[in-house]
Amino acid sequence: MESDQTEQPARARGSLIYRQPRAVRLWHWLNALAVIVLLMSGLMIFNAHPMLYWGHYGANHEMPWLEIGSTGARGFLRIGHVTIPTTGVLGLAGGDERAFPALVTIPSHYDLAAARQWHFFFAWVLVLPGLGFWLWGFLSRHIQRDLAPTARELRPASLWHDIKDHARLRFPTGEAARRYNILQKLSYMGVIFLLLPTMVLTGLTMSPGIDAAWPWLLDLFGGRQSARSIHFICASLLVGFVLVHLTMVMLAGPLNELRSIVTGWYRLPRERSR
Amino acid sequence: MISITRRRLIGSLGMGAGGLLLSGCDRIAASPKVQSVLQLGEGLTMRAQRLVTDRTALAREFSAADMSPVFRTNGNDMPESDEYQAHAANGFADWRLKVDGLVRRPLALSLAQIKAMPARTQITRHDCVEGWSAIGKWTGLPLKLALDAAGLLPSARYLVFHCADDFDGDPYYESIDLIDAFHPQTILAWAMNDRPLSIGHGAPLRLRVERQLGYKQAKYVMRIEATDSLRAIGGGKGGYWEDSAGYQWYAGI
Repeated sequence: MESDQTEQPARARGSLIYRQPRAVRLWHWLNALAVIVLLMSGLMIFNAHPMLYWGHYGANHEMPWLEIGSTGARGFLRIGHVTIPTTGVLGLAGGDERAFPALVTIPSHYDLAAARQWHFFFAWVLVLPGLGFWLWGFLSRHIQRDLAPTARELRPASLWHDIKDHARLRFPTGEAARRYNILQKLSYMGVIFLLLPTMVLTGLTMSPGIDAAWPWLLDLFGGRQSARSIHFICASLLVGFVLVHLTMVMLAGPLNELRSIVTGWYRLPRERSR
Repeated sequence: MISITRRRLIGSLGMGAGGLLLSGCDRIAASPKVQSVLQLGEGLTMRAQRLVTDRTALAREFSAADMSPVFRTNGNDMPESDEYQAHAANGFADWRLKVDGLVRRPLALSLAQIKAMPARTQITRHDCVEGWSAIGKWTGLPLKLALDAAGLLPSARYLVFHCADDFDGDPYYESIDLIDAFHPQTILAWAMNDRPLSIGHGAPLRLRVERQLGYKQAKYVMRIEATDSLRAIGGGKGGYWEDSAGYQWYAGI
């Protein structure tokens, strides 16, 4: 770190490049908004019945595989036969007996009808721009050129190399920073083509109207209650993605990263002395 | 040094975002303009669903082996009115289902008459708006047959189901449009799981409108009214939960 600051002036600043096209930036922010509102309203919807089941049916007489609740003055999260005390965070927080606390739900008070209204409106904000991004991404070849991993990148040795670099927080510099690295590519592709579509499809599977129109959804996910469980699991994975994504932004240089996703312009990090 | 930064970062990002949104969102949500925009989404959702769904697309029917061992009751499980109590006490012998409003021949059908008409049996999934599901077997009169007998007038647009139960004096009611009313799986159920419908599940008659959520499945149906508008009924939004808590009238999602 210190040696970087005393480097020769010629290498002190990398060149400014146009890295993020307008479509990427627009979709990124629309999607960020949609995901945040969907997550928070979704947690309120979950609070209405904070239990998850597998299969077609599941209600109070069945054994949920996941449950958030409270007994007396204790909040708990139970997964299978493992019960984790969560007083103050989940199940019971600030005297409220609710699965997820007011801090993270929309609305902050219990209102299932309003949460559903928020959720279904922002589902459109997720789906319509998302389809637009897919279309633009393929037509402009952004997906094929910038996001699709190459065969060389997928070799175990190169994957391992990238994992080691990440673990040491050694991020690409100079020319290598123009491109997404393989872990970035895999996580972005995973979100865009796996997690987000699964969120939408499992969401649709919970709709009795859509189930009548597209019964194959029930077969794909193994029933409405399974779809509800998968919806929750994928939402948790998305939260994980967002946390890692934000952490990486902070570690890689928050101002430079933020500028590139707002204005499109990114300053290449200085070459690291080998 | 970096690992500490990262840990603190994750925590503070989560807490910060949550805290900012908490106060902001409730204030935003309360604005009438925001409400009207959010309602656009509701209309869009219903139209999009209707666009991709065939009018007669059937909800999945299950086999007896797929049924919930226990089908929980929900909402009211015993209407409190004296009139209902009297009907329940003598096995609904004097009870009549009224079909009126915008019809050519208003009807008053006894339970025996309804059971003598053709019946449909279906094992379907019941989905509560809260998230749980239960699978049960329903037998009843296809609503279409009752409507054909009464003869809907061309001006009829909705059917309102007036129920015997209430919440703090506000009577329960629900409504559906004619697309759902004439759907083959829309029945007035008088039996559940091969037994006469229990009081907990809505005796003597319960609406099953299979492509929508639980609160549309009106229990204790006393009267079916054909109407051209929902505005003059109850709070004007087409149902008890729609009026009292803002639940969506279209409950196909």
